[in-house]
Amino acid sequence: MSDRMGWSRQQMADRLAREFQDGWIVNLGVGIPTLCSNTDIGDRQVIYHAENGVIGYGPVLPEGQEDLHLVNAGGQNVSLNPGAAIVHHADSFAIIRSGRIDVTVMGAYEVSCTGDFANWKVAGAKGGGIGGAMDLAAGAKRVFIILEHTTRKGEPRLVRRCALPVTARGVVTLVATNYGLFEPAGEGFRLRELAPGITRDMAQAATGAPLIG
Amino acid sequence: MGQESKLVASFAEAVADIPDGAVIAFGGFAAPGTPYNLIKALLAQGARNLTCIANTTGGAHQPRMPDIAMLVENGQVRKVICSFTAATRPTDVLPFTKFYEAGEVEAELVPQGTLAERLRAAGAGIPAFYTPTAVGTELAEGRETRVFNGREYLLEYALPVDYAFLRAHRADAAGNLQYRLSQRNFNPLMAMAARTVIAEVEEEILPAGAMDPDQVHTPGIFVQRLVRIPPAPEGIWPVRRQERAR
Repeated sequence: MSDRMGWSRQQMADRLAREFQDGWIVNLGVGIPTLCSNTDIGDRQVIYHAENGVIGYGPVLPEGQEDLHLVNAGGQNVSLNPGAAIVHHADSFAIIRSGRIDVTVMGAYEVSCTGDFANWKVAGAKGGGIGGAMDLAAGAKRVFIILEHTTRKGEPRLVRRCALPVTARGVVTLVATNYGLFEPAGEGFRLRELAPGITRDMAQAATGAPLIG
Repeated sequence: MGQESKLVASFAEAVADIPDGAVIAFGGFAAPGTPYNLIKALLAQGARNLTCIANTTGGAHQPRMPDIAMLVENGQVRKVICSFTAATRPTDVLPFTKFYEAGEVEAELVPQGTLAERLRAAGAGIPAFYTPTAVGTELAEGRETRVFNGREYLLEYALPVDYAFLRAHRADAAGNLQYRLSQRNFNPLMAMAARTVIAEVEEEILPAGAMDPDQVHTPGIFVQRLVRIPPAPEGIWPVRRQERAR
């Protein structure tokens, strides 16, 4: 989109990935969150977990070097890092529900200032795509969300209450948008950082809840 | 001994007795572990009024491989139980979605971890369990929840199935299975949840005793039928999927 302002998709992912701490077990959602694995986080090492039971996967392999028996949750042919392990689906989600995932990064349509988010069903649809999102949202220690700050029509995606059916309630701890970095804080969103070229007034005008701090 | 009888000569023979109304679980997550050859045989076999259980209904990527949506297109499916009736990205269109949105097939949308655990429970003699997943969402409306240690959990029921269609890397004549890398996914759980397990196998079937018992992922006591996958083009083997245009 030519009128897109602030951070690029990769920059949004970079900003969240820089929060990752050494030794964290990280689950990245399909789409923009996958870009977090491109971020240089220095000598910190994280372990990537995929819903299909792959613990410790590495970069996507180029055509001809892939192993067709190995994909990440996005279906990409990835590699394995030293120390990797494979488990079946029930054990993979046992890892998720029992709180072993330090952070999950997901995309969303909406996030509320009370930490609810919606990412599985669009307006007017009968069904949707849940995948592992509800399990991850319920089980991970931290839920980070990446999304564009507004819809294509310019309506806010950071809101007081989600209009779409939620994936989980009260779980989101950090949100990166093209406008900056925000924390759901109950009555509003705590503004942690603004992207270059974005002012606080611009961010407030595009947000459906008060900005705090 | 019934061990030799586990080896079945063809996919058609392996699925020949699937009746109308059967409840069938299909292993696989993306390509690895997906029983493409058995799905293709079921398309030809023609059983109807099926309930199909899998992570997805397939068809999101090119080249398209045999999938549950093809069984739907073929008029064989009454209901699907899965974690996606639509794609993650609204711009992607699954072949199944239009049949579901038009009311031509039923669907039960289940969070992926809940689907795995419902199958595990069925295979473990556990009738139901409580999970934190989906609490506070539309999926939990009107359903039983209970508070443990101050947190609310949703009651979910075991999901037993009549048949499981699996794909394994290696098997022996006793029916012991090994999966390779992410091929494992739902396959061991579906094997234990099913009354009859049919596995398509990539490598030559080993004699009983040739597989290290410590390396068995699904014990042969759960597996009734094995079919060796022939080389392409007679057999279906995964290929790298094409990247999507964004």
